[in-house]
Amino acid sequence: MSEHCIFGEKFDIAVIGGGVVGCAVARRFTLSGAKVVLVEKAADILAGASKGNSAILHTGFDAPPGSVELRCMQAGYSEFLEIRERFGLPVQRTGAIVAAWDDEQLEKLGGIVGKAHKNGVADVERISRADILAREGEISGAVLGGVLVPGEFIIDPWSTPLGFMQQALANGARILRETELLSGRFDGGDWRLTTSKGELHARTVINCAGLFGDVVDQRMTGAAQFEIRPRKGQFVVFDKAAAKLLNTIILPVPTERTKGIVLTPTIFGNLLVGPTAEEQTDRSKATVEREALEQLIAKACEILPALADVAVTATYAGLRPATERPEYRIRYDSEKNLIVAGGIRSTGLTGALGIARHVEELYETNNEPGPRLNDPVWPVMPKLAEREARDWTRPGYGRIVCHCELVTQREVEAALSGPLPARDLGGLKRRTRAGMGRCQGFYCNAELAEMTRGRFAEPMDVPSDG
Amino acid sequence: MCRPMADIDVAIIGSGPAGISAALELRRLGVRKIVILEREREAGGVPRHCAHPPYGFWEFGRIMTGPAYARRLVRLAAQAGVEIRTLNTVLDLLPGGVLDVATPQGRVQLQPRRVMITTGARETPRSARLISGERPAGVINTGALQAYIHLHGMLPFRRPVIVGTELVSLSAVYDCRAHGVRPVAVIEQNSRATARWPLNLFPKLLGIPTLYHSEVVAIAGMPRVTSVLVRGAGADQKIACDGVLLTGKFLPEASLVRGSDLVLDPAAQGPAIDQFGRCSDPVYFAAGNVLRPVETAGWCFREGRRIARYVADDLAGRLAGPQGAAEIVCGDHVKFVVPQRLVPGGGAKHLEIRVRAAVQGRLRVLAGTNIIFEKNISALPERRILVPLRVLAEHGGDRFKVEIKS
Repeated sequence: MSEHCIFGEKFDIAVIGGGVVGCAVARRFTLSGAKVVLVEKAADILAGASKGNSAILHTGFDAPPGSVELRCMQAGYSEFLEIRERFGLPVQRTGAIVAAWDDEQLEKLGGIVGKAHKNGVADVERISRADILAREGEISGAVLGGVLVPGEFIIDPWSTPLGFMQQALANGARILRETELLSGRFDGGDWRLTTSKGELHARTVINCAGLFGDVVDQRMTGAAQFEIRPRKGQFVVFDKAAAKLLNTIILPVPTERTKGIVLTPTIFGNLLVGPTAEEQTDRSKATVEREALEQLIAKACEILPALADVAVTATYAGLRPATERPEYRIRYDSEKNLIVAGGIRSTGLTGALGIARHVEELYETNNEPGPRLNDPVWPVMPKLAEREARDWTRPGYGRIVCHCELVTQREVEAALSGPLPARDLGGLKRRTRAGMGRCQGFYCNAELAEMTRGRFAEPMDVPSDG
Repeated sequence: MCRPMADIDVAIIGSGPAGISAALELRRLGVRKIVILEREREAGGVPRHCAHPPYGFWEFGRIMTGPAYARRLVRLAAQAGVEIRTLNTVLDLLPGGVLDVATPQGRVQLQPRRVMITTGARETPRSARLISGERPAGVINTGALQAYIHLHGMLPFRRPVIVGTELVSLSAVYDCRAHGVRPVAVIEQNSRATARWPLNLFPKLLGIPTLYHSEVVAIAGMPRVTSVLVRGAGADQKIACDGVLLTGKFLPEASLVRGSDLVLDPAAQGPAIDQFGRCSDPVYFAAGNVLRPVETAGWCFREGRRIARYVADDLAGRLAGPQGAAEIVCGDHVKFVVPQRLVPGGGAKHLEIRVRAAVQGRLRVLAGTNIIFEKNISALPERRILVPLRVLAEHGGDRFKVEIKS
């Protein structure tokens, strides 16, 4: 079906924004029998806040007790573990240690355990310095003690939301990419949404616009009820040689403002340090800064001295949609058939499925629940995790295109086709890992440029006659 | 997976100049079954996409382009009865020379009698250089530029800034100009070009300004590069461009070594070897740019051939054992030494040394506190310095230090 006919249809739900939250919401309502369209202004989904996070599945042990955020995180956590096998989505049960490096931090550990128990995360307990050192042979001896959180895991931050969206599409949802919401008009029963590609007709609108959540709120209602204050997080990814140095996620003792800098294995077999927390006004430009990257590397080496000999594979920066208040900004305007899921600033990957449930509960306070799909389609996601049998282990893959990440021709071709093909290099990387390895495209960049000819919104090459 | 295939005498990983010359030499010396494992679609290594001279002078007595040179190497290998298996990706170097290999037909294990690692080198990408700014398309290494132009007939940019003045940087300038790409500037952090005179005049002759003592401190633009911020002696300047070509700062492509039990030398960033090119597991040998960043194709060709002779000797039971190795370590100003171990009995004639930064002074080799070799030198980074290994071997000892007193 072409995009064109989408504009003639009437949808039950229009989701604005194809980040992790939008994808989970689109999935939820689709499975509940609603007719859903998702609108994304970028060339591909997951192009905003969702493209750069620390890829941890959080238990919520340190979330504010009684908060919506905690409830969404815990619901999201459970649902992810329930459904992930059907999607073929990986999880690595690393556990986490909140490590104390001075006496002041050491004193806070008791409170962290207390809060975790209050939040229902009962297996959280103190861990002694000796036990930390026994568990993590390479960690600096300067560690004084910690809190063990056995339920913190690492997951694939991109295949997960891609899976949500793929499932929505496989069960009848529609998507419009490169389509920006410009304004909305509620006629008392339905919304008429003016987009950069045409007018959409939907009964209920769910604003999941992330870093542009307030802009969309303003365009829909005339006045935004919250203000996005982008918070930049820079990250450094270490070479796969570092993976053997660490088994467990190492969290800092949190401060008032931020969860702090995390050192964590990734599901792809790297080690990741970050994020910084830097307020800025720009909503789309996330620059990396040498000084901050050097500080992150120094911090990582403090925790894990053997990292000093390990090369940096990648650096990146993401923006988190923080607001003027340190909490999720979810509201339902039942008079206007409008739901806003805003301010999902740092726990969105964990919380997404729970946020979708929460949003649906709000919706059902004023709408009849639809007939849930009896036997929905479950797309199976490509296996990208380091510990899984990757595509190259199965014959007939053509050739290996990206040598560092062992990405096959078959995988790249699959990512460029199907109902949700990659439309830019970032999208291709998220779907396949091509170009994300240690050489960063030295060997495969040109090959990818050729394979993606005519497939991307912006080609990788430039015309030769210009 | 079935049992490892054990009929191969020597498996060579990588079909660049070092790997192919090693294979040719092994065949010449009568070693029967040589298999080169190449992960790309075509054999020949980096020269495949270096479409300029001078290649082949030492090896073939004539000057040729990289692709012609690569084709010649591959043809000679075929004529000599060397089997080149393309699209074969070695995944793991296991103890005792067992190789885990991905092929389009499925995964196999090989157990050749000896393995040579000739996986070459690559350039340092943007990420590892920690360059600030946005992360648009069009920030690539020379290797990728050459692949765009010569393997795929495409262009990644039209008006790039070129970072670096190594030989490869000049090769990049050559490629750009030959294909209608007009570099807007060459940026060099040092006070002089890394490449030797007169090659370093090349950009200037083409009217491309070269900024010394300068560095690209930030990249701007999305989804494509629109400008870079260059920090030099004076005020920062913004230079409009549509790409950034990051040249040189080579690193051995030693990922396989890092993932194995072989000892890696963190200074040279390749496998630690003795003067026979032998790694810490004596079934493995290494040659070419995987040993250190970075030498010319001609050097790698000769190095591959030389180490192949030791491999042949080893197969015939004639090579001195790995026991009793003395270590050779880096002192002041010395970035790396290759080989890193010296065992009794023959082998390479020279110890290869590089310095961290331009330095003048007295190069010394110490055995304990005894100075056993010294000479005055004026050294630049990325230039080879040679010390006769004979001096170390004749003196004996279990530890040598190489340093420069400035």
